Amino acid sequence: MALKHKSIPDVATVKEELLKKYPTKVARKRAKQIVINDVKDGDVVPEVQANVRTTPGIITMRGCTYAGCKGVILGPTRDIVNITHGPIGCGFYSWLTRRNQTKAPLESSENFMPYAFSTDMQDEDIIFGGEKKLIAAIQEAYDTFHPKAIAIFATCPVGLIGDDIHAVARKMKEKLGINIFAFSCEGYKGVSQSAGHHIANNQIFTHVVGEDDTPKLGEYKINMLGEYNIGGDAFELERVLEKCGITLVSTFSGNSTYEHFATAHQADLNAVMCHRSINYVAEMMETKYGIPWIKVNFIGAESSAKSLRKIAQYFGDKKLIDRVEEVIAEEMPAVHAALEDVKPFTEGKTAMLFVGGSRAHHYQDLFTEMGMKTIAAGYEFAHRDDYEGRKVMPTIKVDADSRNIEEIEVAPDSTRFVPRKSDEDLKRLAEEGFTFKDYEGMMPQMESNTLVIDDLNQYEADKLIELLKPDVFCAGIKEKFSVQKMGVPMKQLHSYDYGGPYAGFKGAVNFYTEIKRLVTSKVWSDLKAPWEENPELSATYVWE
Amino acid sequence: MLLRHTPTEIKERSALNINPAKTCQPIGAMYAGLGIKGCLPHSHGSQGCCAYHRSTLTRHYKEPVSAATSSFTEGASVFGGQANLLQAIENIFSVYEPEIIAVHTTCLSETIGDDLNQIVDKAVKEGKVPAGKQVIFASTPSYVGSHVTGFSNMVKGMVKCLAVASGKKNGKVNIIPGWVEPADMEEIKRIAGMIGVSFTMFPDTSGVLNGPLTGEYHMFPDAGTPAEDIRAAGDAIGTLALGEWCSADAARTLDAQCKVPCRVLDLPIGLKATDRFIDALRTVAGTSVPDTVNFERGQLIDVISDYHQYFFGKKVALVGDPDQLIALTEFLLTLDMQPVHVVTGTPGKKFEARIRELCAGKGFDVNVRAAGDMFLLHQWIKNEPVDLIMGNTYCKYIARDEDIPHVRFGFPIMDRVGHQYFPVTGYKGGIRLMEKILGVLLDRADRDAPEEKFELVY
Repeated sequence: MALKHKSIPDVATVKEELLKKYPTKVARKRAKQIVINDVKDGDVVPEVQANVRTTPGIITMRGCTYAGCKGVILGPTRDIVNITHGPIGCGFYSWLTRRNQTKAPLESSENFMPYAFSTDMQDEDIIFGGEKKLIAAIQEAYDTFHPKAIAIFATCPVGLIGDDIHAVARKMKEKLGINIFAFSCEGYKGVSQSAGHHIANNQIFTHVVGEDDTPKLGEYKINMLGEYNIGGDAFELERVLEKCGITLVSTFSGNSTYEHFATAHQADLNAVMCHRSINYVAEMMETKYGIPWIKVNFIGAESSAKSLRKIAQYFGDKKLIDRVEEVIAEEMPAVHAALEDVKPFTEGKTAMLFVGGSRAHHYQDLFTEMGMKTIAAGYEFAHRDDYEGRKVMPTIKVDADSRNIEEIEVAPDSTRFVPRKSDEDLKRLAEEGFTFKDYEGMMPQMESNTLVIDDLNQYEADKLIELLKPDVFCAGIKEKFSVQKMGVPMKQLHSYDYGGPYAGFKGAVNFYTEIKRLVTSKVWSDLKAPWEENPELSATYVWE
Repeated sequence: MLLRHTPTEIKERSALNINPAKTCQPIGAMYAGLGIKGCLPHSHGSQGCCAYHRSTLTRHYKEPVSAATSSFTEGASVFGGQANLLQAIENIFSVYEPEIIAVHTTCLSETIGDDLNQIVDKAVKEGKVPAGKQVIFASTPSYVGSHVTGFSNMVKGMVKCLAVASGKKNGKVNIIPGWVEPADMEEIKRIAGMIGVSFTMFPDTSGVLNGPLTGEYHMFPDAGTPAEDIRAAGDAIGTLALGEWCSADAARTLDAQCKVPCRVLDLPIGLKATDRFIDALRTVAGTSVPDTVNFERGQLIDVISDYHQYFFGKKVALVGDPDQLIALTEFLLTLDMQPVHVVTGTPGKKFEARIRELCAGKGFDVNVRAAGDMFLLHQWIKNEPVDLIMGNTYCKYIARDEDIPHVRFGFPIMDRVGHQYFPVTGYKGGIRLMEKILGVLLDRADRDAPEEKFELVY
């Protein structure tokens, strides 16, 4: 039986409606960011404008470069002391608010994640410069905690007053003999969090990756890139990989440690989850160390199975291929049982997803598994390749805002570069249809006549919901309650509404159950009081 | 151990703040702005600040928090943010149609020296502010004061930009409620109503940040103080400002600007501060206190006497905002508890003096620190353990590590409900606070009691 989705208004009308109220200049710009999807030849899609500045005054979902650098990338690493150099706010707001979980193995293991460190700059530091205070703060952190590494994060005023945080880092590294490095991740750089991911990854790659040659043992060694362990996702992935006999050298950066990053160059394959936040690290690791990379997705049970098979195919070892099949066979019955339970409630329903820079794509797999259709989706901070696929990368215009973000030049490492596959192996894999360093993007997977919207804002979100009435809307905490005021259940995909994990097989089951809860929840049918449902008074009670 | 690296030995730190007991000015300004009817707060700086403030307020209230940003990029940081703000004002009025925009600065726009007065003036002259609509503003650099200072500055901004003396008094009393919850603002209004005072309260977030779910979303709910009422505050007969840190500046500015005399009181949390508030209200209104108020007061006294044995001598650690902690400390002392460690992140030596003064002669030594942090508080607790911690959500890490009961109090509370709906101010609020304290203390007693001592009746 063909899926029956409820009929939705013509998307062209919806687009027109979204643009109607804007001043001309704003409308012209937004028109390029609101695209009606049209998939031709399987993967040719319209161009979408992305990674451009947010218009001042428009209530955007986006955050800043500091948030992307300190909050997203370094946030999930437990044993680095992360000092925010700036006034107190930035450090405070990035303190335990992203739900990056971590599991320190022993009581004595380092875990600084519950701490917020800041130089708490005062006006005299802004006037006379904050370097002295930063030096003192690093010394105090060292004296109190004796960490193996300290990272420094610049906030907006630091860049303006010209504190040289990198010089401070070098000086203190020499003095204290531990690794100390800094990030010029001032909030005004770039146009979204994405710039911050880039700055963070570049510095981790420069200062940490490859620092530790202590051999990592394991048969099938991989790194997982672009997984941040929200709500325990990485724990589920660790479980599944271990069960398959795959050795996880590092995860960038969920449940990670300094040592994981420092030994990452020893892996034989990089598996990229969130393409947006880290694809360039995969590229650099291939150039410098010879580690090939593939795009994977562990959101969705079928996607997880597919990704495991892809990893097994890469290693090409029958033992691993068989083991992966066994694991999938063991995990899938629970998934199918859960789907059987939820599908009668979810089939035919609609979803909208506006999150992150890959999540709005990945989570569509879970909805598809439940028989739900994504009618509108977009990213907060993506670039065109996240929407249209990597093939458009050469055609992306680099503007001034992107040029501010350093691109680092990488060459093969003289001693550590090792090609992981012979030319014959690569040829054989290609013949089998295996693709390296490719990501086809979100739009080819979405149906035609759906809406793809970059950098959605509050006004458009309200209109979309009013016009298309989705059964579930997915976004972040800032969007959650205005959506729910309209009577539509809203699922946070940055924090999972304090649920999760949703990755892997067990995660998929959790997600199905959660969406069933949302679409069957009684509260949405109780919004109107009896007297509001039927306001005309037709009779009165007779008391006697 | 969640805070496994916190040593018992205390070393003075001059540069490193660990686990802050404050955050930055703009979030306070944003909260205050939401207490004006039809107001869209606007953050003049890069967009991360606005995102962080909206997220934190949303987590605390579980309500939509709309606010716009100037979305600075590097260009604006170099050439100044005027073009961004002018464009923002124009876009906001066309797209979101607020009655009023409350602009606050960030450390970025402050450091480059943007002059809001001049930019807003230019916006008006260029016709970017529609007739009858307003743009008010406040300077809130994040490297001065704290979120409390930011709240205070925006309330002062309301007075500066709006209040006018027409020369004719309107017989009303201004009540500036300070940084309290929407439920507290509601309660303060209820009490003033019971006393029979004709008043204007600003800001007022009740109904804005504890609104109903109806199936419709209104970016500007039918709540908050109308701008015209703040304008008319210049004609009031007097102002009661609750809280030296969060309300006094606005009240004094109003006095200087419009000759409206003011009195600064503590936040009406606990028996005595509520007594003083009500006494002040009846004096300004020239009325006598109705029996209904005496009845509520009597109920509070009754609960204190009924449960005194459980409060008596219990040591408490407190962390939060100055005005809130001053009133809370006084209340705990009324209950014969011992607030032995008191920390605020907001700077101001007056705070330490006030807490010491309150605790003097009570038979215990108080550790008090303004511009302190929660790392210090934790270390104090390790050196001198307490029976109870009162403070925001972040205290739960200390509470779990040290196995100490925790009552959530202050900002932000992200992991519990209630603060939006049930006041801690007034006599009823006092009963609620006691209920919360007793709840955790008696739960602890029950948990730890040997079986033969596990009793049904206390």
